[in-house]
Amino acid sequence: MDIRLEGISHSYGDFEVMRDITLHVPAGRIVCIVGPSGCGKSTLLRFIGGLERPRQGRVLQLGQAPQGCLNPLTYIFQDFALLPWRSVEGNVSLVLEDHGITGAAARAIIDDVLARTRLTDFARALPRQLSGGMKQRVAIARALAVNPAVMLMDEPLSALDSQTRELLMDDLISLWTRANFTAVYVTHNLAEAVRLGHSIVVLSRRPGQIREIVEIDMPLARRAFGDPELDLYQRRLWEMMRDEARAADSELLHG
Amino acid sequence: MAETAHAPGTSPSETARPVPFRGGGFAPRPRKWVGLAVFVALIALAEWGTRAGWISALTLPRPSDVLETFVQLYESGLLFRHLVPSLTRLIVGAAIGVGIGISLGILIGLFSHVRAGLVPLVAAIFPIPKIALLPLFVIWFGIDEASKYALIAFGTFTPMVVATYGAVDNVDRTLIRMGQSFGLSWVSIVRKIVLPGAMPGILSGLRISLAIAIILLVAAEMLGASHGIGAYILEAGSLYDLERLFAGVVILSVLGVTVSAGIGLVERRLLAWRS
Repeated sequence: MDIRLEGISHSYGDFEVMRDITLHVPAGRIVCIVGPSGCGKSTLLRFIGGLERPRQGRVLQLGQAPQGCLNPLTYIFQDFALLPWRSVEGNVSLVLEDHGITGAAARAIIDDVLARTRLTDFARALPRQLSGGMKQRVAIARALAVNPAVMLMDEPLSALDSQTRELLMDDLISLWTRANFTAVYVTHNLAEAVRLGHSIVVLSRRPGQIREIVEIDMPLARRAFGDPELDLYQRRLWEMMRDEARAADSELLHG
Repeated sequence: MAETAHAPGTSPSETARPVPFRGGGFAPRPRKWVGLAVFVALIALAEWGTRAGWISALTLPRPSDVLETFVQLYESGLLFRHLVPSLTRLIVGAAIGVGIGISLGILIGLFSHVRAGLVPLVAAIFPIPKIALLPLFVIWFGIDEASKYALIAFGTFTPMVVATYGAVDNVDRTLIRMGQSFGLSWVSIVRKIVLPGAMPGILSGLRISLAIAIILLVAAEMLGASHGIGAYILEAGSLYDLERLFAGVVILSVLGVTVSAGIGLVERRLLAWRS
């Protein structure tokens, strides 16, 4: 399933946050959205998943969601959004219960997704017992359980320390290599963008507009930590964004 | 030279001394038995004072006499003739008040119209001393049990409403957005996310409400009750029978401690997910 954004503009009152964004997210690819703080990248992601409505423009789903897809547009949140009163398996089962999947059918799905995220041994643990990286893996397992057509990832690694972030990036790459899922990945971290993105959409500062779309052809599995070619991409992105980021930063200071 | 760091022992004339500790504190830790020791010490002090004579019998009854009165009360079977009607009033009244309070609190938390309509009303009736309304309840519900239930129910209702809608307001909105993003139904979001998330606040509201219920129990038994802890205390008070007065007060205290411990137990079961 593809996603197309057509002429998305948005403002809160007189405060224009986004202007005329048109973008195509092809199936089976990861599109990263980067931009300075306040450029509306997380808002854009909420538009794509239908959690918020833009003032102008529309978000279209092209084609059918795959068979057995319970929730075509599925989020992974920065702060994990796990229910603290449910165990790891309880948090996964939460999103199955409303589809009438319980008992053995649910058990099979839960076991499968926990195995894919290496959480089988922690099925009965409560979120407070888990490290940040494990919590985010639970959230990824929960997203995998509904077999999404498109994953909407809102700074999924930003709340984690840099080592955990490396490990989880490897996890995401191996998950993608197995399943070739479609994803929109919002981040402010350029290293994540060049490691995970097939294409990287650079937004300008507020009001957010698309400045450039950078395509990276190197297969995800070959992208390693500290790869010189990726570093070049990252430097190019940073040069594109530096002045914008500085302007956005001082803009916040002036209120 | 000021920038270079000295290896230990190389500093020429400085003497080494340990860094003074200045952290710690401000973190309450459970200290079992201390609470009990305070009780025992106070009672022992009263016993000593009344026996030695530096506390006159008119000021404070001797704790051993109070105990004796209590034993008599138990042996004559009067204890349960007072306790059973009181507990019934407490349970029925509090159940009505807490039940309606939690239900309305949840509705206020979930629906803007209900909130707009009821929050000012609750704010208006919260500060009324419920005891002042006792005559009104007698007119409305008669002098029998119903007016006593009504008083306790009314007194527990207001703190429960306020605690419940505050708790619903405090449920993490990102969890609700998560529920919506996975296509959970409205009922599922309320049942599986809002209610468990509001449970800590609801239980702490329950703690306050039940303490108020015990206070109001005595007030309710001021009018037309022949049996009940409150009636027993009031009768003893009007006769200046301090031993019986204190025996009744001790029963109320024990009731309060029991209720509080019960809620503690429920909290440990329902809120085990908190650290």
